Amino acid sequence: MIEMKNVSKWYGTFCVLNKCSTSVAKGEVVVVCGPSGSGKSTLIKCINGLEPFQEGSITFNDISVGDAKTNLSKLRSRIGMVFQNFELFPHISVIKNIMLGQEKVLGRTTEEAEKRGMELLHRVGLSEHAHKFPGQLSGGQQQRVAIARGLAMDPVAMLFDEPTSALDPEMINEVLDVMVELAKEGMTMMVVTHEMGFAKNVADRVIFMDEGRIEEDCTKEEFFSESRGERAQLFLSKILHH
Amino acid sequence: MNYNWDWGVLVTAPYFGWIISGLGWTLAVAACAWLIAFTLGSIIGIMRTTDNPVARSIGAGYVEVFRNIPLLVQMFLWYFIFPELLPEAWGTWVKRGIPLPEFWTAVVCLGTYTASRVAEQVRAGINAISLGQKQAAMAIGLAPMQVYRYILLPVSYRTIIPPMTSEFLGIFKNSSLALTIGVLELTAQTRQIEEYTFQGFEAFTAATILYITVTFIVMTAMAVVEKKMAIPGMISLGAK
Ligand SMILES: Nc1ncnc2c1ncn2[C@@H]1O[C@H](COP(=O)(O)OP(=O)(O)OP(=O)(O)O)[C@@H](O)[C@H]1O
Ligand SMILES: [Mg+2]
Repeated sequence: MIEMKNVSKWYGTFCVLNKCSTSVAKGEVVVVCGPSGSGKSTLIKCINGLEPFQEGSITFNDISVGDAKTNLSKLRSRIGMVFQNFELFPHISVIKNIMLGQEKVLGRTTEEAEKRGMELLHRVGLSEHAHKFPGQLSGGQQQRVAIARGLAMDPVAMLFDEPTSALDPEMINEVLDVMVELAKEGMTMMVVTHEMGFAKNVADRVIFMDEGRIEEDCTKEEFFSESRGERAQLFLSKILHH
Repeated sequence: MNYNWDWGVLVTAPYFGWIISGLGWTLAVAACAWLIAFTLGSIIGIMRTTDNPVARSIGAGYVEVFRNIPLLVQMFLWYFIFPELLPEAWGTWVKRGIPLPEFWTAVVCLGTYTASRVAEQVRAGINAISLGQKQAAMAIGLAPMQVYRYILLPVSYRTIIPPMTSEFLGIFKNSSLALTIGVLELTAQTRQIEEYTFQGFEAFTAATILYITVTFIVMTAMAVVEKKMAIPGMISLGAK
């Protein structure tokens, strides 16, 4: 579904992505981890064209993301994305956040959009908060709304960029639960996270990045066994020990 | 000081009428100029936030030119010089063909000048929105225009209500410069009353009070608007 071949990206002379190649098949859950600044966010934002890249190619269902002729808005509407800081639209209510893309991008009627929106809010356990504004919800609730907003577009894949790292510990699980459920339903997911419990539970593969390179790209079994490389070993020992 | 106070002059014909008509022209100049300032200023401000380098430099150039020439000079340029630069028939039309040439000249001058200031407010308002918001809007598939229409503008216009109120009050007060090209707005009428009656203190007191009253009404109204438009749950915008 997602094919990434030798993708490189520079900010000036600084190489953020260094010949990254990987792929995500339909229904696969891939966890991306690595130290801060290693290029994880940049990598997944390249997939839906939020970040441009200079070399290599990315295709999503055989559509080239880097091609200037590609209708990026249309492509993005089929890939859900969840951000570290939720990024709900503050000036409209929770339900309107979920309806906006359905109405303006998919062309659904207000009734259809609202019906779908309420279903999804129900699913993430927030139907009674539909008419509140994002600023009136807790972080965990906001992130669940953000997931519902992504799902409302009926995406074929979901990208998550550290969805729980801005959350207090007690809210992390409410978000992870929603994600685990999604994964088990067969959603194609690429998740930047340091929640190794989540990775062990539902990931098919784990990608470890360091200094813009994909250092490890293996099954979760391999990753959590002793066969992984030294850098990943060191990184894991750090994040698992606190 | 030997001054004969006579407040009665303010309510005597024709002077009372002059004051009212002056206030009317002042409000008319300010309102029409604000339409230009708001529309053109928004467009210029938005242009400066796009990725298009041509649009950005046109916007930047506009702001530099209109913000850096003294307003009084701009008034004279529009009134005396601009018609001469046009082809002759057009120039004559601008000077005599259109109804109320002084009025419209003042409106265009104040409108285009204030547009440069409004543009800066709009630009600042949009740039204050985090990149993440823009990316989230694009990520659900909104096209660039839709990102502005549904996310960036509604949020930024709310944030810039206070400075935009100041800009409107600026246009209202600067409209007194229109007297230099012969628009009989409030300040001009006040001076005229002084010349006819020698009761300058009364006349200028009346004008001052009227300016302050209008300013006060606008500020109060905009404070109400700001409260009404405040985003629930966002402390920075003064909501509960
Ligand atoms: N606009 C930019 N200009 C220059 N450098 C940038 C820019 N954006 C990101 N970088 C750099 O690119 C590198 C990769 O950034 P990225 O956000 O992808 O890292 P990350 O792995 O997601 O880190 P984190 O875990 O902290 O989120 C970092 O070193 C960062 O400083
Ligand atoms: Mg990141």
